[in-house]
Amino acid sequence: MGNYSTNEFKNGLKIIIEGDPCNIVDNEVVKPGKGQAFNRVRLKNLKTGRAWEKTFKSGESVEAADVHDTDMEYLYNDGEFWYFMDPNTFEQLPASASAVEDARQWLKEQDKCIVTLWNGAPLTVTPPNFVELAVTETDPGLKGDTAQGGTKPATLVTGAVVRVPLFIEEGDVLKIDTRTGAYVSRA
Amino acid sequence: MILLTGADPAGLNLKSARLQLEKRAALLAKIREYFATAQVLEVTTPLLCRYASSDPQINSFCVENPESLSVGCAQEMVSSQPLYLQTSPESGMKQLLSMNSGSIFQLGKAFRRDEPGRLHAVEFSILEWYQIDFSLAQIIDDTLRLVGSVIPDRPTERLSYREAFLRYVGIDPFNITGAALRKVAHQKISVDFVDASDDVWLDLLLTHLIEPHLGCEKFTILHSYPPSQAAMAELLLDPDGIKVAARFELYIDGVELANGYQELTNPAIQQQRFEHDNLVRRERGLPCMDIDVDLLEALSKPEMPSCAGVALGIDRLMLFT
Repeated sequence: MGNYSTNEFKNGLKIIIEGDPCNIVDNEVVKPGKGQAFNRVRLKNLKTGRAWEKTFKSGESVEAADVHDTDMEYLYNDGEFWYFMDPNTFEQLPASASAVEDARQWLKEQDKCIVTLWNGAPLTVTPPNFVELAVTETDPGLKGDTAQGGTKPATLVTGAVVRVPLFIEEGDVLKIDTRTGAYVSRA
Repeated sequence: MILLTGADPAGLNLKSARLQLEKRAALLAKIREYFATAQVLEVTTPLLCRYASSDPQINSFCVENPESLSVGCAQEMVSSQPLYLQTSPESGMKQLLSMNSGSIFQLGKAFRRDEPGRLHAVEFSILEWYQIDFSLAQIIDDTLRLVGSVIPDRPTERLSYREAFLRYVGIDPFNITGAALRKVAHQKISVDFVDASDDVWLDLLLTHLIEPHLGCEKFTILHSYPPSQAAMAELLLDPDGIKVAARFELYIDGVELANGYQELTNPAIQQQRFEHDNLVRRERGLPCMDIDVDLLEALSKPEMPSCAGVALGIDRLMLFT
């Protein structure tokens, strides 16, 4: 999808480095008093998550990456792929295990996720910041312990395990912050 | 981003605008006082110039020549030469030097069509001065006296280009093959390109590995550059008998603040350098620039004195006052 010149570099621009789509995290022009200018760029590989620094000669061109975010609805998992649907076109796309990665433990049918597409295929999946999931398994809590702020593990319907207060029982629906994996409240 | 034009009202904070303006006015007054005491004459040369810098690293703003706009002008006038906003007042001031102006300075604006950055604005304020019969060592002393009068209490360090590379990179830039240079650059810095000229590798190592160390809580003078980076400086033999460019740069806290030369005043060598610039421009697909014949004519005059000159970024200097 064309090229970007270094003078178009800015934070958030997506480019291809060594075949992988990368995000520009930081861009600084450095120049000796007289002589060649360079763009010193901090990059994040969108496939692996690795962040590192690379220097370009100012004025050079770099291949642009066709990467963009889109809101999609999570449908189901068939054991191999996680399927997402565009709510406007009803188009369905399969996302691989490497694309859903840690997001998989928060995915509940019909939840709206941000799917990052590279050349039209899911590259990464970001779950909603907050999800509501039912508890399938947890030890019974002891009455009277609530004030002491103790916690215990609880297994959610998606298989995720979170620390919850002692008063939570099986069947409760909990609000979870997916960015930290922390219990927020009962839904 | 630090706004570097300094004179741009958009860069001023409403609450402290008056203070900032006073600080800048005081700095300019101090500079004028320094040169008045040293009997260096203030001059003004045109901003809009017939010739632009041929340096392949410097991009000029081209301005439509009004002659080509006037109604009823002959066809050949339509193709009349464009004009350029000056990238430094060097040519105009050297023309004055060749007219027995004596030592001169100028405070003004320059324009460079570069990528703007934290330390680069397309329009910036520049101080440029020339001292008759000064050597490189003398103009370095002069520069340190001037900045010392504005930014007190900083020790000074003088480092040759060669010493800096030996200390911070571990190579001798005057005695290394192109292949070895490229290997060192690739080992030490993650770069996206494979082929480059020796000067590009040196610039890469300088900007990434050396400059961050220069001028930490002091003034660092980096001097005696490779002849390939002479720009408009004379070539000399250093104490070790190595041919170097009589050029220096002043750094404060990793920021390059000034650039000076013992000036090349030989018109034939100057013309060769212009032609070499255009050769490099052609290789890189950049437009070739008309050779500044006014400057060559000035250098050819018997009145042209030997001199040394410095360009100093006023907006950057403001960052440290």
